Amino acid sequence: MAKRIDVSDLDIYYGNFKAVEGVNLSIEPRSITALIGPSGCGKSTFLRALNRMHEVIPGARVEGKVVIEGQDLYGSDVDPVDVRRQIGMVFQRPNPFPTMSIYDNVAAGLRLNAKKTSKSDMDDLVERSLKGANLWNEVKDRLNRPGSGLSGGQQQRLCIARAIAIQPEVLLMDEPCSALDPISTLAVEDLMMELKEQFTIVIVTHNMQQAARVSETTGFFNLNGVGQPGRLIEYNPTEKIFSNPDEKATEDYISGRFG
Amino acid sequence: MSTSTQQSSAGPATSAPSQGALGGHEKQAPWVPWAVFGAAAAVALAISLLTGWNIVLFVIYTVVLGTLGTYLLSRVTEGSRKATDRLITCLVVSAFGIAMVPLVSLVYEVVRRGAERFDAEFFTASLQGVIGPGGGAYHAIMGTLIITALTTLISVPIGLMTAIYLVEYGTGRLKRSITFFIDVMTGIPSIVAGLFAYALFVLIFGPGIRLGIMGAVALSVLMIPVVVRSAEEVLKLVPNELREAAYALGVPKWRTILKVVIPTAIAGLATGVTLAIARVIGETAPLLITVGITNATNFNPFDGRMATLPVYAYYQLTQPGVPPQEGIDRAWTAALVLIILVMGLNVVARLISRLFAPKTSR
Ligand SMILES: Nc1ncnc2c1ncn2[C@@H]1O[C@H](COP(=O)(O)OP(=O)(O)O)[C@@H](O)[C@H]1O
Ligand SMILES: [Mg+2]
Repeated sequence: MAKRIDVSDLDIYYGNFKAVEGVNLSIEPRSITALIGPSGCGKSTFLRALNRMHEVIPGARVEGKVVIEGQDLYGSDVDPVDVRRQIGMVFQRPNPFPTMSIYDNVAAGLRLNAKKTSKSDMDDLVERSLKGANLWNEVKDRLNRPGSGLSGGQQQRLCIARAIAIQPEVLLMDEPCSALDPISTLAVEDLMMELKEQFTIVIVTHNMQQAARVSETTGFFNLNGVGQPGRLIEYNPTEKIFSNPDEKATEDYISGRFG
Repeated sequence: MSTSTQQSSAGPATSAPSQGALGGHEKQAPWVPWAVFGAAAAVALAISLLTGWNIVLFVIYTVVLGTLGTYLLSRVTEGSRKATDRLITCLVVSAFGIAMVPLVSLVYEVVRRGAERFDAEFFTASLQGVIGPGGGAYHAIMGTLIITALTTLISVPIGLMTAIYLVEYGTGRLKRSITFFIDVMTGIPSIVAGLFAYALFVLIFGPGIRLGIMGAVALSVLMIPVVVRSAEEVLKLVPNELREAAYALGVPKWRTILKVVIPTAIAGLATGVTLAIARVIGETAPLLITVGITNATNFNPFDGRMATLPVYAYYQLTQPGVPPQEGIDRAWTAALVLIILVMGLNVVARLISRLFAPKTSR
């Protein structure tokens, strides 16, 4: 069910401040696209514009077009809540619901939306999602324990399980490994490789090796100076970006000769 | 510039070893300050025996002499830094002691005098037909419980929804003005709240009206701002990440508030509500105006006067009857029951926050 995303001439604002300017790109279905760039260049902002999470911030707005499989996300008749059901998101810091058990966290997407689901269907879904997130074996004996009692890496995989339980078509991940140790990071990366069979994945990362390891396509964001909007500098197959980038700035950033 | 800073920093650096913990002074044994205070007490005892015994003066002498002695001894044996530390410790402990004096003496006095009539009859009988000994405050206890329950019923929904609006939805002018008016309401004197409720009901029912519900309205004016304030603080503490996590699952905002924000904050919300109840349960002035007093038991807040504990205590004390001692005893016991109710509510608040707190056991 993975879908293709086309972004054209996207400008993103916080109030009067233009945070991202003139982004054009298309994201292939069933692939991993990595977004890299220095802090503050608008990667998170861009990512959040893809599932209309950007506009929950007061004063935030978007100009331009984001089209998913022919459907304009920002069309006037589109409900942002529906968009977010199709496009899931995993955040930088693991954020399981503290009042819920592991089971309830995974079931949260359906439960909070009051979807009637039978007990056995829900059990299946929770098991499938936890297996999908490579967490099942670690938690299957304590599904009723609080989700916030897991380790950081487990919590992040729990959040991934929660996100894939609503069966989205696209999965957005904002630095999902930045709070994790190397072993958990590898677990999440393996997971991404499996998940791309079903989902379109867009990941923001500060880790160059990670981008090189997992992604097919890489986008490099940069900004000219503080207070200037961030721009998409280069968008190319990952191999090309890391071996022979078109832009000088990309090469400087990747080789660490930056600023 | 650079030389002057160097000089000023060189001063303490060179003198520090001679007086600091590193240098020659020995550390005082932990019993030394106690011994100093013991000696101070002995001296104070001698002084007050010579000048006439007075417990207050004795305590003051002991504290002042003990503090001075500890400071001077420490200054000689431990150096000035440690001495200042000990001086401040003595001052802080004294301040704490002073703060505790009214509380302890109040509780002591109320328990001592209230124990006189703290019996079964007090909790089962009203004052109907009672002249002189006997009688109780059953009607007043029930009145207080009914009116406080009604107040809670009115204030909690309004207060919680206002707080949710302020934290989750409010922006700009409207939010600012609501916050401002809540601040103003917090400062309204309780008698004014009583007059407001009285005036309101006089408009509808004519002068001289007294109803339990009027008291609940008056108390709500006092309770709503307290509920709003505490709920607002608690809701603000819910991390934004949880709201975003719910939004990202395609959960609408109102369901996010209902199913994620409120459950996460429930412990704090319940604690705040309980403390707000404790705040209004002892209000006297507004009830005096709006509910009045009776001697008979009245369970119906929509029909006629009701008795309440604070007003009951007030009338038993000011119009005790003959012989007066019986009424005065009943007043003290009513005060004791009120204190027990308030303490009970505080304990409940603590239990709630412990029971409902999100479980993070690893
Ligand atoms: N909630 C916000 N309100 C206002 N400005 C913001 C907000 N979040 C981010 N910004 C600004 O938008 C720009 C891009 O931020 P962000 O997308 O977080 O960058 P990145 O994820 O690439 O580090 C930064 O200049 C940042 O200060
Ligand atoms: Mg970011």
